[in-house]
Amino acid sequence: MIVQNQFSGGFQNAPIEAAHAFRAAMTVMARPGEIRRIIGTHPPAPLSVVAGTLLLTLCDPDTSVFLAGEVDTNVVRQWLTFHTGAPLVTADQADFAIGTWQALMPLGQFRIGTPEYPDRSATLIVECDDLNQAGAMLTGPGIKGVARLSLPDIPMLQTNAALYPLGCDFFFTCGDKVAALPRSTQIKAEG
Amino acid sequence: MNEYNFAYLDEQTKRMIRRAILKALAVPGYQVPFASREMPMPYGWGTGGVQVSAATLTPDDTLKVIDQGADDTTNAVSIRKFFENTAGVATTEETAKATVIQTRHRIPEAKLTEDQILVYQVPIPEPLRFLEPRETETRKMHSLEEYGLMHVKLYEDISQHGAISTAYAYPVKVSGRYVMDPSPIPKFDNPKLEMDAIQLFGAGREQRIYALPPHTKVVSLDFEDYPFEPTKADHACDLCGAEDSYLDEVIMDDAGNRMFVCSDTDYCRTRRARGSQGRLSKEDEI
Repeated sequence: MIVQNQFSGGFQNAPIEAAHAFRAAMTVMARPGEIRRIIGTHPPAPLSVVAGTLLLTLCDPDTSVFLAGEVDTNVVRQWLTFHTGAPLVTADQADFAIGTWQALMPLGQFRIGTPEYPDRSATLIVECDDLNQAGAMLTGPGIKGVARLSLPDIPMLQTNAALYPLGCDFFFTCGDKVAALPRSTQIKAEG
Repeated sequence: MNEYNFAYLDEQTKRMIRRAILKALAVPGYQVPFASREMPMPYGWGTGGVQVSAATLTPDDTLKVIDQGADDTTNAVSIRKFFENTAGVATTEETAKATVIQTRHRIPEAKLTEDQILVYQVPIPEPLRFLEPRETETRKMHSLEEYGLMHVKLYEDISQHGAISTAYAYPVKVSGRYVMDPSPIPKFDNPKLEMDAIQLFGAGREQRIYALPPHTKVVSLDFEDYPFEPTKADHACDLCGAEDSYLDEVIMDDAGNRMFVCSDTDYCRTRRARGSQGRLSKEDEI
């Protein structure tokens, strides 16, 4: 085990590992409810492997990042700054936000895009204790019939979906597992 | 191979394109602006599709490139060689063996699976552009879901020609929200837009990326009394005899003799390899 510092734990071979990580991220965003594994980085605690890899795959000096709650440590700040150069900002300016669901709330503080540019919205990377294909029923683009996914807060996510085509998009991360929930997905509580 | 970064583009460019692809998948049919780069090929040769493919490829992929359904045209051969050189990926002409398919103006005849990705080269991404030249206005029309102008255009087709004469780049409504240009595919291909594979659209000159996640509802615009009809030449393929594939018409001599052949060369070749024959298959291989 290598000693974690801000310089270690990045991609060994960035073009290849980032390509694999993005393919998995794209696949889960295109197929809400599907769970994929992503590895490649060794981020400092409390970041999960998959959250750290997503950040290094998607963030750079052009994207602002909000660190919510207990992930907002000096070690994480230095690690992310060294590997991505992403400016760290407050929630209302963030392109990407990372943290637990409780730390990220309230959802209303994030950008949801504008009617002309709905893409200018935040992507939230939500660290979860558990991630599996059970619980809330999902329908919509990318889903054949119905998919199921364990979601942290169904009413809040239903409110987000009701903003469509505006709204935030989500990655749910747990260890090396990732799933996604775009704003286009309709959510029903388990019934 | 070692002279280039993997898949030609630098990592920061790929990250920018990847972020645009994720937002495009989250809002199906909406055109996400992206900072399109100069590519070592002219605009109109598929620079948008090439950039999307470059951001999507992994070394494990098998790439297929088609131009109007054919694997052996200049555009398709050039792009295939480009990625052989810069990404070192395997390439194929067989639809079933490909994991990423870059296409210009066709959807392959063979049904695509959920392990495949279809990347379209798009010349004009804005379906409303020929009706309203100002970007500020078309953007507002999309935001207000104001698509009456498109129906007027289809209505004028009917009033002038007796039918909806739009034959390619036939507008569709995606997931009940955005009207989208499916790129200049023949309207014969429109029903295939609801598929198992992920579909990504890249317009290099116009700097837009948009996407269709699998199984997204895609409706070709029409009227109750003039329903949408996918059309093709009323023939069978003269080489393989297929009656269900989209056909190219080929003039064969000065006397006006002509033949019809599958535009999807891999589909035609696969059928002939299985022994299917068409009207002219007894003659020398063309």
